Amino acid sequence: MKQKLVVIGAGMASGRVLEHLREQAPDQYDITLFNAEPRGNYNRIMLSPVLSGEKTYEEIVTHDDDWYAQNEITCRFGEHVVGIDRHSRTVTGQNGAVSYDKLLIATGSAPFIIPVPGKDLPGVIAYRDLDDTNAMVEASAKGGKAVVIGGGLLGLEAAAGLALRGMEVTVLHLMGHLMERQLDEAAGYLLKKDLEDRGITVMTKAATKAILGEDRVEAVLLEDGTVLDADLVVMAVGIRPETRLATDAHLEVARGIEVNAQMMTSDPDVLAVGECVELDGQLFGLVAPLYDQAKVVAATLTGEEAAFVPKELSTKLKVTGCDLFSAGDFAEGEGREDVVFRDPSRGVYKRLVIEGDRLVGAVMYGDTADSNWFFGLIKDGTDISDMRETLIFGPAYQGGGQADPLSAVAALPPEAEICGCNGICKGQIVQAIEGGAIDLGAVKATTKASASCGTCTGLVEQLLQVTLGDGFEMPTAQPVCGCTDLSHEDVRRLIKSQELKSQEAVWQELGWKTVNGCHTCRPAVNFYLLADWPLDYTDDPQSRFVNERNHANIQKDGTYSVMPRMWGGMTTPQELVAIAQAAEKYGATVKVTGGQRIDLLGVRKEDLPAIWADLNRAGMVSGHAYTKGLRTVKTCVGSDWCRFGTQDSTGLGIKLEKRLWGSWTPHKVKLGVSGCPRNCAEATCKDIGIVCVDSGYQIGVGGAAGMDVKEVERLVDVATEEEAIEWTVAFVQLYRENGKYLDRAYKWLAKVGLDWVQEVLADPAERAALVDRFDLSQSVYQTDPWAERARPDVAQGFQPLADFTLEAAE
Amino acid sequence: MNWTDIGAVTDVPLRGARLVKTQAGCIAVFRTAEDEVFAASNACPHKQGPLSEGIVHGQKVTCPLHNWVFDLNTGEAQGADEGRIAVYPVRIEAGRILLEISALQNRSAA
Repeated sequence: MKQKLVVIGAGMASGRVLEHLREQAPDQYDITLFNAEPRGNYNRIMLSPVLSGEKTYEEIVTHDDDWYAQNEITCRFGEHVVGIDRHSRTVTGQNGAVSYDKLLIATGSAPFIIPVPGKDLPGVIAYRDLDDTNAMVEASAKGGKAVVIGGGLLGLEAAAGLALRGMEVTVLHLMGHLMERQLDEAAGYLLKKDLEDRGITVMTKAATKAILGEDRVEAVLLEDGTVLDADLVVMAVGIRPETRLATDAHLEVARGIEVNAQMMTSDPDVLAVGECVELDGQLFGLVAPLYDQAKVVAATLTGEEAAFVPKELSTKLKVTGCDLFSAGDFAEGEGREDVVFRDPSRGVYKRLVIEGDRLVGAVMYGDTADSNWFFGLIKDGTDISDMRETLIFGPAYQGGGQADPLSAVAALPPEAEICGCNGICKGQIVQAIEGGAIDLGAVKATTKASASCGTCTGLVEQLLQVTLGDGFEMPTAQPVCGCTDLSHEDVRRLIKSQELKSQEAVWQELGWKTVNGCHTCRPAVNFYLLADWPLDYTDDPQSRFVNERNHANIQKDGTYSVMPRMWGGMTTPQELVAIAQAAEKYGATVKVTGGQRIDLLGVRKEDLPAIWADLNRAGMVSGHAYTKGLRTVKTCVGSDWCRFGTQDSTGLGIKLEKRLWGSWTPHKVKLGVSGCPRNCAEATCKDIGIVCVDSGYQIGVGGAAGMDVKEVERLVDVATEEEAIEWTVAFVQLYRENGKYLDRAYKWLAKVGLDWVQEVLADPAERAALVDRFDLSQSVYQTDPWAERARPDVAQGFQPLADFTLEAAE
Repeated sequence: MNWTDIGAVTDVPLRGARLVKTQAGCIAVFRTAEDEVFAASNACPHKQGPLSEGIVHGQKVTCPLHNWVFDLNTGEAQGADEGRIAVYPVRIEAGRILLEISALQNRSAA
């Protein structure tokens, strides 16, 4: 006879309990899981990256519907629990009661709302769950001003996320410096400076008096009379254990639900886990102890003996670019000594607190590479008297003083904790690696190390390197994919030297392990072949990603976007009329892009040939907004119109675009031409950017404004327009002949070096040869793909092969 | 069995796919480099990516949205991803593709 287990709350702690239970005793319990949120368990620590847009909700789900189904867990999500009756052993939800033999309370915590007037106004949000996160994302879409009350971990992560989403953010903190429980004043100062560099205003010693507004929040009033305008107020002053159900059920409750080391409450059939519990006067808010508790709960429920022992904790802030770490006790005190290291130019601060022969606390800002080693010393109470002199320089300087970056990890003892979230130590990871987990993915899958917040990924990789030695593939010589052991560079070199001119020749001569490659290598090989042998090799659409095969950008709903070329960003009333008519005819949404063109979104695949034909008739061709090839040439109005313009930047932009369009490149190529150093065309963050000056043209290369933001480096200054065009074309061809597929120009430049590129292009003969080879390739590839595919015989391929829905309707 | 002629083998590009619309949803018909044909559900179980727009390699297809790879014989997702697409009986006779559509009719009737 199965026993009945009811779990209240689907958070990270109870999620881990369920995993352990189903692993250790799959058939012992019938499980019912209540959750007030209308969804299952997700990685709550990762809400900050969701808020900042670096991750999506889907990426942080830890247990999906399938998991609950496979593990036969009855889910009552979106249903609040009304009460617990310990006499009849029932839990009553909004939709009815269920009886239990064992009950697990995992209600987590509730945000603390400071009791000021206006706290209930619309626009005041606490930061606790996905709904709060979504509400903030939605509010930030309108831009405007946000005030975050609370300068602790949660508040700062919220502030950074909202700032990334474009809001003007002010953080109010009651105490004298940020994160006062985890940081000392010096580190708090550096953190404040970092945040201010990101445009976030930080006000310390700021006490909120009231939140003002009529129908919704409009401003925040401080005790000192300051009024701050606010479209959004986030309250992140702290959390308190959610104990209401336990209190109503007459369980013993102090600040949290009181439990013993077996995680039992005052009623032995009722257990509690997570942020809602209190043990020996201590509360728990970080994930590592919650996972330890989860193990104990599972053991208690299956009749095993186990006891939860709180461990020393460390803190990290998940704001990209802010490296901070703190652990142990760093208050000043009698018999305590400080060792401090500062490097103002790098913004680095390290402080160790030593008591007797032991390290008792550490605070680090700006460089936290050695934090795990220090944390180990604190936890283990290691005698540090022998290394006291050099302690602050980290493990690399202990004994011998080599600067091998791996020595720090190599020196860690097996029980050193690597993954704080999951409590995984070095020994377990090394064991997994020795057992065959020879890459990051495999280590994640077998040990869960680096599978939660991910800040230990670098350490895990170093462990792979230390453990496997030469057996660990250095990232520099990564093979293209699983189909070959050769790197991209090797494949390119062999295609040229062995004159391989077809895909079959590549597969055969280079010993490919698969019949005809895969989605990773085939597009790369297709590009290398057409770039090196434009006359001998024919481009293969079936080796291209969908966008390049269909010559339109696929959208998330399966429709496409269509973008005609606008040479140098210039258009005419006639073109605009044709675009407007096409948008109406095919039901497209119209969007003006950052590349000075007009995008038509939501076009069905079946309609693509027809809309292309319509646009062709008005004289427009494909804008190649979907290719690893030339995209746009952005220009300003230049000397034609602008009172500052020094040269005809628009004219040069159009000439460049007419010369380069249709060419395939390792990754997309965007150009900009500005008519004067005011740089209205933002040329200095393009793959190739030309800035016109009185004396001629400054050509910069290797800029970017995407995942990375980079300013161009100066390739050359030339006097005439002809030279500017020649250098640009030669540069593009050099990139086409040497770049690794999917490396933007700046990444390629970082590998070969600007010096090398300048040296090659400085030779007039070499430059001319490159231009010749580019023009030869253009003689094949500079054709409008839309016109070719709008022809009736080809257009047929865009329709379904057969359509039984029509037959059935007849 | 209800074998229905849906078109010529050459109507499907080599190492490519075409779409067949039915009342019960869209089916992708694939043609491999070796001139074999396969039929499977067009929707990737992950985010409903259109598999007929994916890259066909060996007897596999890669979803164009997030690179899930499916074996066209079994419909099973490959590697670390877990999921399955429905596969349907299909054969070639005299250069024509024949699709067994009774399974689909049953599905729509059900």
